[in-house]
Amino acid sequence: MSRRNTSIVAAVCLVIFLGGSAALLHHSDQIRPTTAPEDALYIDSPKFLKRASLGYQGLLADIYWTRAVQYFGVRHHNHATNYALLAPLLEITTQLDPQLMVAYEFGASFLAPAPPSGAGEPERAIQLMEYGIQQNPENWKLYYDLGFVYYMNLKDYRKAGDAFARGSKVPHALPVLKVLAAQMAEHAEDFATARILWSATYQNTRDELIRQNAIEHLRALRVDEDVTHLQEAVSRFTGRTGTLPSSMAELAAVEHLPGVPVDPDGRPYIITAAGRVEVKVPADFPFAVKGLPPGFKPELPRFHPQAK
Amino acid sequence: MNSRIFHIASNTFREAVRDRVLYNLIAFALLLSGAAVFVGQISLEIEKLVVINLGLTAVSLFGVVIAIFIGIGLVSKEIEKRTLYTVLSRPVRRWEFIVGKFFGLAGTLVVNTFFMAIGVFAALFYVSHRFIRADALIFVALYFAVLEFIILCALALLFSSFSSPLLSAVFAFSLFVIGSFAEDLRSFAGMAHGFTRWLATGAAYLVPNFSAFNIVSSIAHEQPVAPQLILHNTLYAFFYAAMALSGAVLIFENRNLK
Amino acid sequence: MPAIEILGLEKSYKVGFWIKRPRRALHPLHLTVEDGEVFGFLGPNGAGKTTTLKLLMGLVFPSSGSARILGRQWTDPEVKAQIGFLPEQPYFYDHLTAHELLNYYAQLSGVSAKDRSRRVESTLQRVGLKDVRGVQLRKFSKGMLQRVGIAQAILHDPKLVFFDEPMSGLDPVGRREVRDLMEQLKHEGKTVFFSTHILSDAEALCDRVAIINKGELRGIGAIDDLTSSVQGKVEVIWHGAQVPVSMKALGAECHITGETVRAIIGEAQQDAAIDALRREHLRLIAITPVRTSLEAYFVEKLQHAESKARTAV
Repeated sequence: MSRRNTSIVAAVCLVIFLGGSAALLHHSDQIRPTTAPEDALYIDSPKFLKRASLGYQGLLADIYWTRAVQYFGVRHHNHATNYALLAPLLEITTQLDPQLMVAYEFGASFLAPAPPSGAGEPERAIQLMEYGIQQNPENWKLYYDLGFVYYMNLKDYRKAGDAFARGSKVPHALPVLKVLAAQMAEHAEDFATARILWSATYQNTRDELIRQNAIEHLRALRVDEDVTHLQEAVSRFTGRTGTLPSSMAELAAVEHLPGVPVDPDGRPYIITAAGRVEVKVPADFPFAVKGLPPGFKPELPRFHPQAK
Repeated sequence: MNSRIFHIASNTFREAVRDRVLYNLIAFALLLSGAAVFVGQISLEIEKLVVINLGLTAVSLFGVVIAIFIGIGLVSKEIEKRTLYTVLSRPVRRWEFIVGKFFGLAGTLVVNTFFMAIGVFAALFYVSHRFIRADALIFVALYFAVLEFIILCALALLFSSFSSPLLSAVFAFSLFVIGSFAEDLRSFAGMAHGFTRWLATGAAYLVPNFSAFNIVSSIAHEQPVAPQLILHNTLYAFFYAAMALSGAVLIFENRNLK
Repeated sequence: MPAIEILGLEKSYKVGFWIKRPRRALHPLHLTVEDGEVFGFLGPNGAGKTTTLKLLMGLVFPSSGSARILGRQWTDPEVKAQIGFLPEQPYFYDHLTAHELLNYYAQLSGVSAKDRSRRVESTLQRVGLKDVRGVQLRKFSKGMLQRVGIAQAILHDPKLVFFDEPMSGLDPVGRREVRDLMEQLKHEGKTVFFSTHILSDAEALCDRVAIINKGELRGIGAIDDLTSSVQGKVEVIWHGAQVPVSMKALGAECHITGETVRAIIGEAQQDAAIDALRREHLRLIAITPVRTSLEAYFVEKLQHAESKARTAV
């Protein structure tokens, strides 16, 4: 066999075997859920990992951080309701690299909220933040995140206020912390307070998932606020005329609203026969509390590409 | 098998055994017996776990080191020292040389793993004084380790066929590390978009997928191994090693040996 | 049938990292080596000798041209069973013994199992390594490795052997032995093609030589032709430190060293000179024709090519 023939045979073999191994990998991806043990975390002791990393903790932390994000991202994408490994993954990451701020942020945004938008473990989120504060007492963001969890997920406004107040004493802290600490006492339930919080989260993160989550909440907040005001207008209308408004246009005319009110996507709000103000496409506002049809359950929080 | 391939393989085996592999076995024996005695004294509950974990991890690491460090020298060292000239001036085809070298090293690794396996079982017997059914799973882990070595030695040979030993070592070792995280790479590819996705998917299918081969931790916890996984890994190792070997032949057949 | 026919083999390498420029390592080479010849391939270091040998061995591929060895296409693997090759400064597997190494090479060359051990033993004997047959090669000196290299080249009784700088790294005794071995090979009817930059070796051994420099063939011919007597002169040497007057009359230039005198005269005056010495009762020691040395020829060829190159520029 000449050199040229040998080369041709070798090239053909190369292509065949490359195809074969790729096909096999593809096939194994299909059967994986039934064969592979599901996402087991065999080494769950951060202390052991820290020693085992032989000094390459930073790198190992980065790997664990990537895994945490992927774990959450993939399961979120697949509409999972159980995020049991998110907390340990984040804990290991931050033990390996206590200065990895984005891991704490991620915990505040996704560890505390109830499923399907988070792991539903606010207590562990708080532990994570307190650990972070202990490691980085000079970083105001961690106090902010701690207060955020208390406020959003536990509705414990006193503790949230404490956290914001502690944070506001840190050098170079964002002035908004002082405002938030004050608001907690009397105006905790105000839309404005919630808006300040989500805006601050939005402005101070560089993580895309966290940012989109904040956008969704800001959109939902606007819906909640709009619907509250419009519902009051409906009540005034009924008080004055004794009937329900037949349409949003009629309500707007009688109550002197500046035009027909629209939701954040630019679609006009609607009024049902029972006099309820609702958004036109409820699925677009998974975090909204008001303006949704009775009994509506959002399937999953879909993230909108950069809609403000 | 063609007799020249056989002779090249057995000569490679003999060189490797005399050169370095013996030291490796001595180091392995010392490490394992020391560890067995040590954990036998301190822990009662997890001593078996530790011996299995440590033993199989050591088998894997020693094998990987041997596969890479002997594999990278197989061709480039022969060019550098001009021993290849005296081989290729005989009626030996270049592809026979590559294939023979591969089988020689693969054989070395199999025999080496066999002896290390005896060590693992001896240490296991020392700490638990008997064998149970689940211990048979260790054979599966050892088998997977051998498959992993075979892929690595084909890769080392591939790099060795066109680059210097140092660069080959860097390439082979990087691929080993990337390959161990292949699963993560593929899930990353699944989440990425556009060009990144295209690139990541390509890379994910091209790098060796070692994540499926490492079952040491689950073996230590006596979790069963799916038969499909054994079949899958066997086929995959065969395909991947054959691919790397074809690449090595393709490059080597057309290379000017300066 | 010629043993080697080189039909315009040519080799260019691409050099440069970013911008590849071809560099010619060997200009198209035409050369024929007859069966049973000892052929010397001469040239300074870096002239292209090793490149030519590597091309013939199939270690590097030519840019163009081809060759026939023992009547077959040079890339034919069957040809390689009948040739032996000693690379320059050979080096072998450190952890094998001389015996194991030769056995391995015999296997690769396809020596049958029943002949193998006899051939290995006799070859070890022949190169004088029988006493160290069980010693690992990493303990061998450079000279011993050179012998191993020669052993592996002649092990399978090839019809044609290629030696690249066979004398390099050897002490005077070793060189003597290698010379003797090459003469033996010639007597056995083998064809020997060897490269060297040491001219005395070539002069002593070769039937024919080719001179190569900068990748180009500069000259080729039989040793006897290249060094044949020039100007028809002879050298006369005699004992007794005196120069007869009649000798001076012949126009000889004489050099006296101790008790011996050397004189160079024209071939025609040879008889007159002998008579002159007889008359004076001086003892004649030798009369030899004066030859141009191979060195002179070699230097002339190289200088000629250089000056040609300069005028071309």
